[in-house]
This record gives sequence, C-alpha cells and structure tokens, in this order.
Amino acid sequence: MTFVCVRALARTGVAVSAIIAGGSALAQSGDVNVYTYRESKLIQPLFDAFTKDTGIKVNVISASSGLEQRIKTEGANSPADVLLTVDIGRLEEAVRSGITQPIKSELLDKVVAPQYRDPEGHWYGVSMRARVAYVSKDRVPQTTLTYEELADPKWKGKICIRSGQHIYNNALIAAYIAHHGEAKAEEWLKGVKANLAQKPSGGDRETARDVAAGKCDIGIGNTYYWALMNNNEPDKKAWADATKVILPTFQGGGTHVNISGVVLAKNAPNKANAMKFIEWLASEKAQHMHADLNYEYPVRTGIEVNPTIAGYGKLNADPIPISKIADNKKAAANLVDKVGFDN
Amino acid sequence: MSDARSAGWSPLQRWPARLHWRWQASAIGSVAVAAAALAVAPLLSLVVLAFGDTGDLWVHLARYVIPPALVQTALLLAGVAALTIVVGTGTAWTVTTFTFPGRDALTWLLPLPLAIPTYIVAYVYVDILDALGPVQSTLRAIFGWRSAADYHFPNIRSLGGAILLFSFVLYPYVYLAARAMFQTQGRLFSEAARMLGAQPWELARRITFPLARPAIAVGTALALLETLNDIGASEYLGVQTLTLSIFTTWLNRGSLPGAAQMACLLLVIVAALIVLERRGLQRRGFAALGTDGQLASRITLAGAGRWVAAGACFLPVVLGFLLPAGYLLREVAGRGLLAGFDTNLVRYTLTTVALASTATAVTLVMGFLAVAALRYTKRPAIAGCVNIAGIGYAVPGTVLALGLLSPLVLVDNALDALSRAATGQGIGLLLTGSAAALVIAYVTRFLAIAIGFAQAGFARIGLELDDVARMLGAGPGTLARTIHLPLARPAVWGAALLVFVDCLKELPATLLLRPLNVETLSTHIYQFATRGSFEQGSLAALIIVAVGILPVVRITRYTDATTPHNGVRP
Repeated sequence: MTFVCVRALARTGVAVSAIIAGGSALAQSGDVNVYTYRESKLIQPLFDAFTKDTGIKVNVISASSGLEQRIKTEGANSPADVLLTVDIGRLEEAVRSGITQPIKSELLDKVVAPQYRDPEGHWYGVSMRARVAYVSKDRVPQTTLTYEELADPKWKGKICIRSGQHIYNNALIAAYIAHHGEAKAEEWLKGVKANLAQKPSGGDRETARDVAAGKCDIGIGNTYYWALMNNNEPDKKAWADATKVILPTFQGGGTHVNISGVVLAKNAPNKANAMKFIEWLASEKAQHMHADLNYEYPVRTGIEVNPTIAGYGKLNADPIPISKIADNKKAAANLVDKVGFDN
Repeated sequence: MSDARSAGWSPLQRWPARLHWRWQASAIGSVAVAAAALAVAPLLSLVVLAFGDTGDLWVHLARYVIPPALVQTALLLAGVAALTIVVGTGTAWTVTTFTFPGRDALTWLLPLPLAIPTYIVAYVYVDILDALGPVQSTLRAIFGWRSAADYHFPNIRSLGGAILLFSFVLYPYVYLAARAMFQTQGRLFSEAARMLGAQPWELARRITFPLARPAIAVGTALALLETLNDIGASEYLGVQTLTLSIFTTWLNRGSLPGAAQMACLLLVIVAALIVLERRGLQRRGFAALGTDGQLASRITLAGAGRWVAAGACFLPVVLGFLLPAGYLLREVAGRGLLAGFDTNLVRYTLTTVALASTATAVTLVMGFLAVAALRYTKRPAIAGCVNIAGIGYAVPGTVLALGLLSPLVLVDNALDALSRAATGQGIGLLLTGSAAALVIAYVTRFLAIAIGFAQAGFARIGLELDDVARMLGAGPGTLARTIHLPLARPAVWGAALLVFVDCLKELPATLLLRPLNVETLSTHIYQFATRGSFEQGSLAALIIVAVGILPVVRITRYTDATTPHNGVRP
C-alpha cells in the first residue's frame, strides 16, 4: 500500500512537473526576463500594457530578498535581463555587487530628473513614494509637521510605527542621518522611541488602524497605503476616514522620498528588449499607470499625480541626493539596534 | 513469526543471504550518503559566504543585537515548546486512550492547523483581537468605553501573543508524532499495568509518555525549528528573533558574510541542542523496545469526563484552525473572490500540488532508506550521514535557498559545458531554471521530518525481529519492505503528511528559487500580504487548506484503521 501510494504520488508529481518546466520560459529570444522586488500583482498591469504595445512577452520572478545574489550566482548563464527594486539601498547594492551594466539612454536622461538616476547610468528611478504621517483628524489640530518634531515630548505615548529595521523606516532614519549626522540622529531616535504608544510591530496599515482606534495620534506610513485604504478597500475606509495625511518635512529640507528603480543585468541575454522595457517604464503611459493604479509619484516631469495623492498637499521632495540615503543605510540599522528601538 | 513468513519471502530472497545482505545494504547506504550530501552542499556554500570580511560587525552585534535577540528567541522557543508539548501530547493521548463524543472526527481535525501558513494566522488574529476588531468592539459596546485608550486589553502583537499563535498552529507536529507512537505501543504494558490496578493517567505518566519520549522530542524539535524559520509572523508581531536579526544583518547592515556567520552560529546552537536531546535519550536506553502486536483497546468515557475530553481536544482545533479558516471563508464571501474567480488559481494549485507531491515522494523514500541503512549497516559513517541529512531544517528557508544557489549553478554549469562539448549547443541553467531547484530545496529542507519520524518509528521495532528475519535469510530490501516499513507505517504516514503540507505552504525558498513565471499558492498569497492586504489572498489560502485536508483525513483514517493489525500488510 505504502509503496503503491508513493509511486502514484511520484508519478503524478513528475508528470505535472514536466508541464511546469515546459511552461516556464527559459530565456527565449523575443521575451524580456524581469526579476523584481516589486510585487508582481502590482506591476502585472504594466507588464501587460508593455506586451500589448511592443509584442514583447515579459517573464517574471518576484521575491522579497536575495535576487541580486541569485543573478550574481547565476553568472554568465543568468536569464535575468532587468531587476526592479523598491528601495534606493537595493539599487546601490545591485550596482556594488557588480551585476549591472550602464543603461545609457539619452531618452531617459531627458525625461528623468537627475536626482532620480545614477550619474553613471547604472540605475534609473521609475516611481516614488513619500514616508508621511497619518494623524488623527479629531486629536491633532496641526496641519504641518517636521520629522524632527516626532521626538518632541509633547507626543509622548502618541506615535505608532512599524519595525525600525523595516526597509521604509531604515531609509527614513538614513535620511535623518544624512541631514543631521549620526549623533543628533541617535538623540532623535531615542526621543521617538520614548514617544511610542507601543512596541514597533505590524505594517503601515496597522498604524492607520491604531490611530483610528485611538491607540495613538500619529502613525508613520507610505503615501500609497492611505490612498489604497481610502479608494480601493471598503473595509478599511474607516481607518482612512479617521486620519488625515500630513507630508512632514526635514528642517531646512523636504519630505523624505524613496524610489523604485530599475537596473540592466550585466549578462542580459535580451538586452535590446530590456532597453525597450526600461525606456517604456518611463513613458508617459507607464508613468500615468504608476500614478493612478499604484498611487505613486511619477519620476517623469510633467506627469500629474493621482488626485487622492494630490489631496495630501504639494510634495516638496527632500533635495538631498538620494544616494546619500543608501550611504547611511548601515548606520541607520545600527542606530536602531543601539537605542533598542524595536525592543 | 508466522506473520513474517506469510509475508511471502521467496526462496530466492533467502539465499545466498550474506552476499545479498552486503550489496543491498550498500545500495541503501548510498541513499544515506546522498541525503547527507544534499544537506551539506548548501551549508558549505554558506560557510564559504561566511568567510567574507565583516569589519567590526561582531562588536556591534555582540553589544546590541545578539543579547536581546537571544533572550526573545529563548523565551519564544521555551513558551512554544511547553505549549506544543502539553497540547500535542495531551490531545494525542486522549484520542488514543479514550472513546468519547467527537473522538473520531477529532483524530483528523487535530492536525488541521498545519494547513494554514503561520503568518496568515498571525494576520487573522491581529485583525480579530486588535483594537478595532470584533472582540474589542464588542467589549466597548458592552461596557460603553469610547476608545482603546479607556481600558487595558492584552496586545496580541507581543511575545506572549506570538507564543500562543505559534503553539496553536504548530502543536500538530507533536500531536502527529506522539499519536503515531501511542498507536503502536503494545498492549503488553498497558494491560499489565491495568491488571496491577493503575489508572489511565498513571499508566500514561509512568509508561506511555516515557516510551513516546523520542517521538515527542522529534515533534517538538520540528515545531521549534519551524518557529525559528519564521520571519513574517515574528516581524508582524514585533518579536525580535535571531532569525530576524540575520535578515537585518544581511539586508540593512549590508553584510551577507555577517548574516552567513550568524546563520552558522544558529545552526551550531541548534545542532548542539539536538545532540544533547539524543544523548539524553540514549542514556535512558530506549533503543530496542518490542511491540507485542496489538493495540490496547480504548476506554469509553462516561459522564462529565467525556465532555471534558471532547472540549479540551476541540479547543486547539477551534483556535488553530476553525477560527482562522472561518475568517478566511468570510473574507472570500465578503470580497466576492468566488464570483470573480481568478482562473490563474487553477494553474497555481496544480503547480503547487505537483511540486509538493514530487518533493514528498522523494523526501520520504530518501528519509526512510537513510534510516533503514543506519539500522542495517550500523556504521558510524552512515550514522553521521543520517544526522547531517536532517540539518537542512535547522536553517531558515531563505538562508537555505541562498546556500543552494551556488551548488545548483555549479551543477548547471557543468551540465551546460558537457552539452556544449557534446553537441555544440548550451542548455543554460537546467536545474536553477526549472522546477527541479524547488524540489531539491524542499527535499533538503524537509528531509529532517522524514528522518525524524522514521527514526522514531524504527526505534520502537525490536531488534530481535531483524535477527530472526536475517536468520530466515531475508536481505535488507526484504526486511525493509516486509517488516520495517509496515511496522513504521504510522510514523512514515505522519511524516508524509507533514512534508506534503509543509511543501504546500513553503514560501521563502520558493520565492527565491522559482523559475520564471512559476507561481505557487503560497507565493500568490504573499503578493497580497506584502502589500498589507492578505485578505485578497483568502481564497488561495483556503485552497491550501483544502488540498492539505484531503491527505490529513485519508492518512489519519488509514492509520487508525490499520494499526490494530499492527503493521503486517493486510
């Protein structure tokens, strides 16, 4: 009985595995192979539109970590053409690990603002998000906020935030270091820690929920989550209704933004298609899709943001070079440990 | 022995015994070696990674990261161990010792929490118990509180919450392992004890539990390693575990070598704990216990006792399975996920099942044969191999996947070069570019389950059986097929179930190692979860549950029905 079952199990397994292996494209010409940290569900509409426009099929692997390592290990035989990421730190990491080649596109240089692309052309930004405050409509009368102010004792027990080691907060703290230096950043982080209503946990949506529930007055989250809750998720509309979004700024700076970007793999087997894909991502059509489907800020100048996002107020993006954030990533992670932010 | 003889050994199989024995034992032994090689390959590449420069990283880690992470991890593991042992062993003992209302249904309901990914259960409970969830909303309505600031309610996003959640999802590891042992525990002890006037509880405390200790240890170890593997739920609940620190070191501190070193350190700690546990077992001399062939009859409970038993066994099912599954069902209905059925889900389901069943079959065969080899050859080298083969489970999934990349690509490049030399045409990355990489990863990761269960199963088969069979001229193949496999069958089926369901749920290695355009149910759910709206993946989560339930029901029924014959194939 046991052997029969195991055999039957193995047989079906092998048969269906053959189907999977046959169905998955192994670096075929006429395609473009995309490795992505962006959720494939999120960007599938963009891929579909690209295929419709150009006839080039997009093959995808999406993961949450380790893709640079995978491309690096796969080496000369790697099927990867393009890597899409969600954080400046990861773009820089990809370049540092030697898996990229310069994109060299005059077209892109023309439409993407210089602060959102690598001077050497190894990475280009595709879209942006800002890290902002969801504040209680009832309990917080003020309409402006600075990041520095989050450490003010007047907010004692009033702030909710997810783990300080999460990539979004890591970038925010790195930006703080870039502005004020490590010593001041440490003092600030201690202050914020002292103001927390609860131990960092959950995600950005939970901070909105906690504000709505009255656990805290200020939650830190990304711009698009609030728009998604407000427009696309009826069961979470109440959380958005109880809060308003303030775009905080650094003293003497602007609102902290981070980018999603793209690199061209060093051994891209379909380089021509990959270039078409990368340039298409910065096209007006793709930028509109980023703005309206995903509620992100377009990197291409002259594209309007979605009305919900525009409702937050005019974004005054922090002018510090975005690569400075990547430079301070490790220092930020260490500070979080040092002040025991997550403990 | 008439049983063994009637199992149908042909004269050919009995002769010439010595020769027969040697080559078959070597063949089976080579499986153990292969299993060990599979486990060692990713660890070696991890060790290579660990040799990179880490600067002053360890000063920082030792001062700020490791101490709190160690404390949190130790508390989490201790809590989960205590609760899973109590719940898993308690329920397994109750359903094997007594007959009470709902007992038959409970035998297959109890393992079901396995079928729901832990991080999904975490999301569900936070939704239910958080300030705006139904529980607190009801409390507010009853007591007239206006906001969450007006009262104190224990926060589920905490260490305590994590211990409860992990325990009610992971106790089935202990339940399945313990139940398999209780079932095969002979009538000899129990009847003797009962004749001497021992109460069921006394019998359990003095005989049943001590005899099942190896199995309980295996189940608990699996539950703890599963806890250690988790990232999603721990981060969401705000518990800073060592595993989470490994990831932060890799991704935020930008030090893959540092992360690899931490992973190696974690591995050494885990290995040491496992060795200690094994030593403990050996000293107490559990190796050769005979079973006498018949299952003790169950005691029928009467009066209040039967309701207490039913209630106590039903509670973990409610908390670990019915409540979260019910929540998912409500989300499926509320969001119209069935009406707007995503037809891709059919493909994802087929992919998931194909991968899981292939990997399960390979894992079981390798695990069983490796343990059998240990029994037949008794060489220290084979013992070493079997111990090493299970180590893949002690490494977090993503780390294992990272470690597997290099060996896989190495093999791929060799195959590619061969093909180029032979045909002039390259074949690219054969393993890494196909589902083979995933099957290899699953086998590497879950071999520990098959090995652990098989060892626990073998430990209960008396060595005298082997001697008699050998005297009658049976070779290792015959011995494995007609004696050991049937007698270890409940254990093997328990392992099959766990491995299959674990493969269905596997996320971190699947994410990183999958070929282009391959989506499993669990990666599909993850897409939504990372975006903070896991509810969108409710239907896919329920499909995992449904696919997982079928084998759970079949296998528990099967082992229930066949054990009284005690293993000799009907």
